[in-house]
Order: sequence, then structure tokens, then C-alpha cells
Amino acid sequence: MTATTLSPRWSARFGRRPMLLTGLSILGAFVAMALLAPLVAPYDPIFQDAAVKLQPPSLAHPFGTDNFGRDVLSRVIWGARIDLQIAVIGVIFPFLIGTGIGTIAGFFGGWVDTLFMRIIDVVLAFPFLVLMLSIIAILGPGLGSFYIAMALVGWVSYARLIRAQILVLKTQDFAVAAASLGFSRLRIMFRHLLPNALAGSLVFVMSDAVLVLLNGAAISYLGLGVQPPVAEWGVMVAEAQGFITQAWWITLFPGLAIVTLAFGFSLTGDALADLLGVHE
Amino acid sequence: MRRYRFVLVRPFQLIPVLFGISVITFVLVRLIPGDPARILLGTRATPTAIANIRAQYGLDEPIWVQYLYFLKNLAAGEMGKSTLYKVDTLKLIVTRIEPTLALVVAGVVLALVIAVPFAAISARRQGTAADHAIRIVSTAGIGFPSFWLGAMLIILFAVRLDWLPVSGYGDSLGDKLLHLILPGLTIALSLSAVITRSLRAGMIAGLSSDVAVAARARGMPESVVFWRHVVPNALVPTVNLLAINVGWLIGGTVVVESVFAVPGLGQLMVRGIFSRDYMVVQGVALTFAVATVLINFLADVVTVALDPRVEL
Repeated sequence: MTATTLSPRWSARFGRRPMLLTGLSILGAFVAMALLAPLVAPYDPIFQDAAVKLQPPSLAHPFGTDNFGRDVLSRVIWGARIDLQIAVIGVIFPFLIGTGIGTIAGFFGGWVDTLFMRIIDVVLAFPFLVLMLSIIAILGPGLGSFYIAMALVGWVSYARLIRAQILVLKTQDFAVAAASLGFSRLRIMFRHLLPNALAGSLVFVMSDAVLVLLNGAAISYLGLGVQPPVAEWGVMVAEAQGFITQAWWITLFPGLAIVTLAFGFSLTGDALADLLGVHE
Repeated sequence: MRRYRFVLVRPFQLIPVLFGISVITFVLVRLIPGDPARILLGTRATPTAIANIRAQYGLDEPIWVQYLYFLKNLAAGEMGKSTLYKVDTLKLIVTRIEPTLALVVAGVVLALVIAVPFAAISARRQGTAADHAIRIVSTAGIGFPSFWLGAMLIILFAVRLDWLPVSGYGDSLGDKLLHLILPGLTIALSLSAVITRSLRAGMIAGLSSDVAVAARARGMPESVVFWRHVVPNALVPTVNLLAINVGWLIGGTVVVESVFAVPGLGQLMVRGIFSRDYMVVQGVALTFAVATVLINFLADVVTVALDPRVEL
């Protein structure tokens, strides 16, 4: 009974927000899959069994097997670990750097602002993936290079969003009042202005996670990110391409995993935008 | 003509951005650890070649003088010799522009062919099941990885149905067009997800605009009102949307060219990364960035030409 006394409020709340419920359920399912991979995956993701090469989906292997006889389902499940990590780490660093720079540029204005805005103009002049690839070309292929490139390129969107917010907020009464109370600039920036400026970028985090996931998988597909034999969805599609005429299942399932996870992020982002009253 | 004055002014405003682009592409290559001469020439360079390149790029001078040498070489039409192909990068780039350009154009055209009817259905039957379905598909469509979409199209249309070639570019015009369908469609499907959303919003606004009301008052049938007055107006912001997304579109072609083995700029860049052909990577990055800036400028011109209300 105790459960039902609590649940009506929550079910009513989520019932009115099917997008949020669906989005969060998808994300939750992938997090669970990543955490429980060793328990739920039926096989070792890198174990090669020559006896069951290129088997179509069956009861023993629901998603079939690849050219090394590895179980595709198990690889998709283990892939959730890497690809979720890509989406999370690939968003966190740009978010932190961009938020910091945007706050400082918006608050101080003047030549600091001009300098950062010109840098942002130049970074944005490059096609995103092209600049990422150029940086990875210098650092060498690998997931670490991907994260560094992501941090160097991705911060600009967050900086622009936050700066625009801070410019508006810093002239409002509460900010002026805080300044007249003699609070330090640091305190006004990060305790008073920033919390009010964050709503827009929190929504953007979700759509950015989609882009980062797609970019991380694409760069791994190109052979410049996660390296085989690690089970990562982009790598799996790349490895499947040599067998595209014989075995569609090796290509299909890792891609579906990306699409579903991305859909989870998009739905959650749209629902958050409604909830926080943000319009992108 | 006053509205077109920015065509003369804007290029000067672009100078700082172009300057920044050249600095970034220059610095990127200089950040590679090791002797720059060996990086530019590859590991098997002769002492004479090294001495020559040191003189040509001013490698014994301070870094900012080296940057001036870099600009001087660019002005002379030299982007640096490819260590893999043994010719100047600019020559390679010129031969690779056509497939990439064809791919972008095919992608945009097919995206409009897909997006306009779907946005029209969605806008004219707002709130119906069809509208909801189209909105959900376009939300999900943004999350479709192009490399996977391309591979799935190959499986369906090239392997199963055997209608279209698996990959490559072709020689004759007809052959090229045939080879462009699947890679173009891959780009178009992702792009149409973005365009459909904005077109739908534009069409919904247009349906209740004064233009539409006036046209209806003149007794025009609803379909004529829609296709003659609402759709053209909704397409104008799409030009800008495409310009904003051109960087993303170029990134898409880099991946799609790899999927379908299209011999374009993206494939040149990716191969350049693998073979440590830094001059090629630098040259392609520079070309793509300059192209992005120019396309955005052109989009502004087109928007002004299409819509007499716009002032820049």
C-alpha cells in the first residue's frame, strides 16, 4: 500500500509528460545495460568462436555472429559502456569550459569579450568534424584524442549560450543589488548569475549529447577513435562493412543501438525544454 | 540597390575570420612534435630536400615569420607537397572538388524533395496522426548516424535489390549520377529531418499570415494558396538553415565519402590522416573552412535576393 500512496503523484506527473517518461526510460535502460553488461551479455564480447562465424540471428545468438564468430548481441550490450562514456565525457568538458568562458566573457565585456567572440567566430568557421579530424590527425587516433578534440572544439556553443544569458542577467536588479552589497565579482558571477543562466545550456546538453555520440561513433567508424577489438557501435559497423553482402545483421544492430540512445537523449531534451520553458 | 551594399562591405568583415582560419591551420601542423622539415617531407627525405624546404618555409626563422612564409606560399598557389602523392596539395584538392560538390548538391536537392511534401502534410494536417508520426520520425532522424544509414542503404538497394552500385564514383555523367544516388540519399535523409522541422514551422506561420488570408479572400482555392504563397515564403529561411548547417553537411560528406568510397575531399583528408600526410590534411581543412565562410556569405546574398523585406 505504501508504494501506491507514493506512486499516484509520480505516475500522474509522468503520465502528463509521456516524452520525458519515454526519454528517461530509454536512457535508464542503456545505463542499466552498461552497468550490468557482464551479467546480462550472454557471451564474452571479444571471444572468437570460429565454429559459429557469420551466423544469422538465431535463438542461441539473437543478433547473429560476426566474421570472427563473436556474439553481436553481447558486443552491442558491451558497446553501451563505451558509447555512453563517449556521450557523457564528450559533453562534460565542453560544457565546463564553455560555461566558464561564457560567464567571464559576458560578465567582464570589453576586450575579454571581444577576444573570445573572435575566437568563437573562427572555430565556428570550420566544419565541426573537419576541425575535430585535424586535431586528431595531430594527436594520433584514439579515444583520448577524441575527448581532447571535443573539448577544444565543443566549448564554443556553450560559451555563446551562457554569454548571451549573462549579458541580459547582469543588468537586472538582483545582480545590481548583489554588486551594491559589495559581493566579490567572482561570487556574483558564479553564485548569482550563472545558476540563472544554466537552463538553456542544460537543454542544449541533451541535443549536444546526440551530436557527440554520432561524432564519436563516426570517428571510430573512420578508424580514428575507439580501436578494435573493443566493442563500440561505430567500430562494429566499420568492421561489418567487409561482410555487407553476406551478413546484414552485423551492421543493423549496432546502428539501431545508436539510433535508440540518440532518440532517448532527443526526447529528454525536448521534454526538458518544455519543462524549463526554454526555446532553442 | 541599397539592400545589396553589404555585398561590397561584408568581404572586408570576413578578413579577420579568414585570418583566424589561416592561423589555426598553420599552428595545427606546427604543434606536431619533431622537426617540421621532416614532418613536411616524410621520414625518407634527402638532406638537399630538407635544406630546400627550410628555405621555402623559413623554418630557421621565428614562428611568426614562418607564418608569413606560409601566407606567401599560399598566395603563390602552393599548399605544400603531399608526401604520399608527390604533388602539391592544391592540385590534389582541385581534382577532388567535383565529387564532393556533386554529393552536397545531390544531398540538398534530395533533402528538399523529401522534406517539402512531408512538411506540407504535417503543416496542413496539424495535430493529426500523420503530423505526429512525421514529427517523431524527424526527431529520431536527427539521431541516425550517416555511416550506418549509408551501410543500410547499400544492403537494401545495392545488395538485396541490386538496383544501384555498392560504391565508387563512375566515369561518364550517367554513371556518376547513378553512383551519387545512394550517398546523396544518405545525406538527404539526415538533412531532411532538420529541414522538415523548420519548414513545418514556417508553413504553419504562413497559413495564418496576411498573405494567405488575402489570397483566400480573393477566392483562391486552398491548395493554390498553399503552394503559391505559403511554400515559397517558408522556403526562404531554409536557405539560411542550410547555410548554418553547411559545416555539419560537409562533416557528413567526409563520413559518407568513406562509406561509399567516393573520391572526394573528405576521403582525401581521412586518407591523409592515416598516412601522416599533414600538408594534405592542412590543405583540405583550410579549403573546407574557407568554403564554409563563402557559402554563408552567398546564402546572405540569396536571402536578400529572394525576400525583399530582408535588410542586412
